[in-house]
Amino acid sequence: MNEKEIFDKVVKILEPYVRNQDALKSIKNETNIVTDLQVNSSRLVDIILAMEDEFDIEIADEEADSVESVGAAVSLIKSKQ
Amino acid sequence: MGILTPNGYGLSEFEDALRNSISGIRFIEKLKELNFACHVGGIPVNFKERAKEYFTNEALLAMNEAMIYAGIASIDAWKDAGYEIPGENSEVNWDTGAIIGAGLGGMDTIGELVVPKVTAGKVRRMGSTIVEQTMASSVSAKVGGLLALGNQLSSNSSACNTGTEAIIDAYYRIKHGYAKQMLAGGVEGSSEFTWGGFDAMKVLNSTSNDAPEKASRPMSASSGGFIPGSGGGVMFLESLESAQKRGARIYAEIIGGSLNCGGQRMGGSMTAPNPTSVQRCIQSTVKMANIQPTEIDYINGHLTGTMADPKEVNNWSKALGLSGSQLPYINSTKSLIGHCLGAAGSIEAIGTVIQMTKGFMHKSINCEDLHEEIKPFESKVVRETINKEINIAAKASFGFGDVNGCMIFKKWKN
Repeated sequence: MNEKEIFDKVVKILEPYVRNQDALKSIKNETNIVTDLQVNSSRLVDIILAMEDEFDIEIADEEADSVESVGAAVSLIKSKQ
Repeated sequence: MGILTPNGYGLSEFEDALRNSISGIRFIEKLKELNFACHVGGIPVNFKERAKEYFTNEALLAMNEAMIYAGIASIDAWKDAGYEIPGENSEVNWDTGAIIGAGLGGMDTIGELVVPKVTAGKVRRMGSTIVEQTMASSVSAKVGGLLALGNQLSSNSSACNTGTEAIIDAYYRIKHGYAKQMLAGGVEGSSEFTWGGFDAMKVLNSTSNDAPEKASRPMSASSGGFIPGSGGGVMFLESLESAQKRGARIYAEIIGGSLNCGGQRMGGSMTAPNPTSVQRCIQSTVKMANIQPTEIDYINGHLTGTMADPKEVNNWSKALGLSGSQLPYINSTKSLIGHCLGAAGSIEAIGTVIQMTKGFMHKSINCEDLHEEIKPFESKVVRETINKEINIAAKASFGFGDVNGCMIFKKWKN
């Protein structure tokens, strides 16, 4: 799976949790999940679970902590494939 | 007031359903599949679709059925009281709180997520939304955030007395000056995990699976247990001073409310009420209201469709000192919607106020064959919907634990 495909799937996973719909329209690798998209930080747990299911990978807690931006999520997923 | 019940969503639909004896009891396939004895129940129609009109997808990810009912009923009550829904960055409303309870609460979350995942050793897979959906205060906690409430925010629980207790507690809080406005009521979901325990107790009527609308039979000689219901009802209570100052529309005044317990003595038990405590509860409410029993025009009974109904009617009679045809008119809203457990008291209190405001008493259906011990009161059992002015109405609820609640409403006249 190339980076673009992973990116699109990550956006799809994030969508239901996003409270700032404007930020979603201009979403890019640098977009911060909590501060820009205004995802409730407690929901990061659910987003990580959804990524594990979607890409059939396992993400350790310390790895999950590094997922602050959309790009960080994409890189982490890519590194596990 | 805000409401959603098995036979109506919103005040006007519910009024129409009460007036026209529209039953909300339906056949529920899942109960049959799961080998329940009772295959019928009451669930607000299309509540999941309705929820999307009120809440974002993000919010709904962490809201179970009872929380959805609490949210919808509270938002509708809030708007009915003349307020807009505050924005996410609005100021906190320090003078307004909420007491919204549930009998069993988030049993759907517990049954569908917590137990299967934890048992399978997959705790991590539960995600982040479990606690906020299973904590006993889940049904009030969400409302506090939706409406920026800054006063007391809590959930009470007293089994089938929950909705009534919430209203009485909120009434006390305002009366004592600790809050100006309170949302108050009860909610209950329709999970098979909630209803299963009652089915196992054999307290649900399982003899009318092929005729759902006939299944809920309060005061009937052929009643064979109650029918489970679900939904939510929330009242917006406000001090008279505050309501008049802002020119709010006032439906009714609460002039008395009492709560007690029978100590599970003198005939009372975990599941049956001590008759003396029921009578004391009614009497202390009448005393607080500073009225004569003969001034009560109408009683909205607890009347579930079990063998407790004749005892209840006789308790009302003894407590008020009014026998036979002296008893105020009495009906059972549960005949139309089943027993909504923790939501019952507040849904029926709203039904009481609707009847009071609109000047009618709804038909108590399915009691053509009145129970022998209720026959002395036959002329006061409302068996056809009648147009009748109600100035003073009493509503009571009784719950497992031998707990009782009674409140008296007075019609508001400008």
